[in-house]
Amino acid sequence: MIRTEGLTKRYGRVTAVDGVDLDVREGDVYGFLGANGSGKTTTVRMLLGLVLATSGTAEVLGRPMPRGRAEVLPQVGALVEGPGAYDGLSGRANLRLFDAMGPRGAAGGRRTRRARVEEALERVGLAGVDRRPVRAYSLGMRQRLGLASALLRAPRLLVLDEPTNGLDPQGIHEIRELLLELNRAGVTVFLSSHLLAEIEQMCTRVGVLDRGRLVLQEQLDVLQRPTGRTEVLTADPTRAAELLGGAVEHRAAAPGGGRLLVRTDDAAGLNRRLVEAGCRVLTLAPERRTLEDVVLAAARGSGDRPGFRTDDDGGPGAQRDGGDALAARRADEGAA
Amino acid sequence: MIAVELRKLLTSRRTWVTIALIDALPVLVAVLLAVTGVGPRPGSGPAFLSAVLTDGTLYPLAALAMVVPLFLPVAVAVTAGEAVAGEGQAGTLRYMLIRPVGRTRLLVAKLVAVIVFALVAVVVVAVTAYVVGVTLLGQQDVTATTTTFSGTSLSTPELVLRTLMSLGYAMLCMLGVAAIALFLSTVVDTPLAAALGAIAILIASTLLLTLDAAEALQPWLLTRYWLAFTDLFRDPILWRDLVRGVGLQLLYVAVFLGAAWANFATKDVTR
Repeated sequence: MIRTEGLTKRYGRVTAVDGVDLDVREGDVYGFLGANGSGKTTTVRMLLGLVLATSGTAEVLGRPMPRGRAEVLPQVGALVEGPGAYDGLSGRANLRLFDAMGPRGAAGGRRTRRARVEEALERVGLAGVDRRPVRAYSLGMRQRLGLASALLRAPRLLVLDEPTNGLDPQGIHEIRELLLELNRAGVTVFLSSHLLAEIEQMCTRVGVLDRGRLVLQEQLDVLQRPTGRTEVLTADPTRAAELLGGAVEHRAAAPGGGRLLVRTDDAAGLNRRLVEAGCRVLTLAPERRTLEDVVLAAARGSGDRPGFRTDDDGGPGAQRDGGDALAARRADEGAA
Repeated sequence: MIAVELRKLLTSRRTWVTIALIDALPVLVAVLLAVTGVGPRPGSGPAFLSAVLTDGTLYPLAALAMVVPLFLPVAVAVTAGEAVAGEGQAGTLRYMLIRPVGRTRLLVAKLVAVIVFALVAVVVVAVTAYVVGVTLLGQQDVTATTTTFSGTSLSTPELVLRTLMSLGYAMLCMLGVAAIALFLSTVVDTPLAAALGAIAILIASTLLLTLDAAEALQPWLLTRYWLAFTDLFRDPILWRDLVRGVGLQLLYVAVFLGAAWANFATKDVTR
């Protein structure tokens, strides 16, 4: 559905997007992750023909962009960097206007316009919207309106840049359900976000952009496979470590005792050994990498924070640091 | 797309407020003339104004001569400056382009909308001026003929034809301003900057026209031949400035529309 090769965009001496090879397949819910300033939006704009690539190629729905935009874009619904609407008009009038701008064709006839607009409004939960101008809308309503505009022409591909921005938890849940429902009906969804949780809950495939480079692109379930290690929280960490010897790959302090990462393929046997030796086990579970671990290990910088580095040795302590950094990054974005 | 732009233009309250404001000046002048009965001496003041005291039907031309030098071009500059930069600022430009609307098509539709705006403004001014002129300043006997600047008389059909020609000429002059503002609108990020840029060019041109030292530049200045439509009311019509004016405006339109197209067609839309 989307395939890019060596897609690059330079603004003067700054390279915003650097040799990105995207591969989004039909039926995917593709999560496009990256910190602010990592080049997500520029990439999305290149896919839609708004920004012209310095070098490299992009193919959307099997046609080169931006040359094929007249055929491609009518089948694509998009939300780019926040919704845009005419402030003085109602949401409904906005959608009618945007629909009238599109190509006529079978899907864009004037007679079916009213029905299309009503259906799009209903899908995003704005069916009961009155004649108030968009000026009076909340951020969440604007976001829904933008989404409705993307859905107008029953697209085969949805390209959404931070679609849940400004929505309350209830709204985020509704939009997620809507997107999953569309995906089940055959719509490919390309979702750009810096919200890891959002991607983790929805996506089948993720790509991670770090300062303009695509550092990771993989199926989500592959990334989240068990690591073959078992995480043990015990009140007697020293004793347990002595008992298990070389199988312990990592040891750290934790509330109530210590936390060990043990390489084993028999978690039940490990538990029995520990208990028989008199170690008090608080928790014992297979270690799974969260998307956050994966992303922080792959992406080491933040585009809007020059010189920022996570000090990552792959161990859990460093990941905790990374988590804090991520929290700080989110706080930054909230402030911005 | 043209239909969409026209709908946006004609349903916008701002369009009509602007036109009403443009229209207010000639109405005010007519009221003052009617109340005081004091007109400018022949040969001074805005063109045609001294003639309207005796014949209200000439008032549309006087009104045109009042709004063409400043009011109308400022309104046109603001409307055309809004074209691309305004959509960018509202965040709607990117959604138009991915609908998709071709960039050339978008520019053409914007230009058509600006022309329609100027046309509506000119027609509204002319019609109100006619009504106001006839009711407040009176009308000469219909069978009588109107006198040209040259002292010969003009039949009514001839007068109507020449009035329409001068309206067309004024429209073409506004097109020159529109082209400049449209070009600036594709360059800068805010509609205000585009409009002010075009107005600055307008004022600079007006200023240089009064400066003898700028004589070499004067035949190329945007506003040089703007009031040449008064030459249509001489007998015989004095074509020299009119023809040059048409040529110069067409040159401005071609150059700036070309530049607007060349810039916008390959521009990165990052807003």
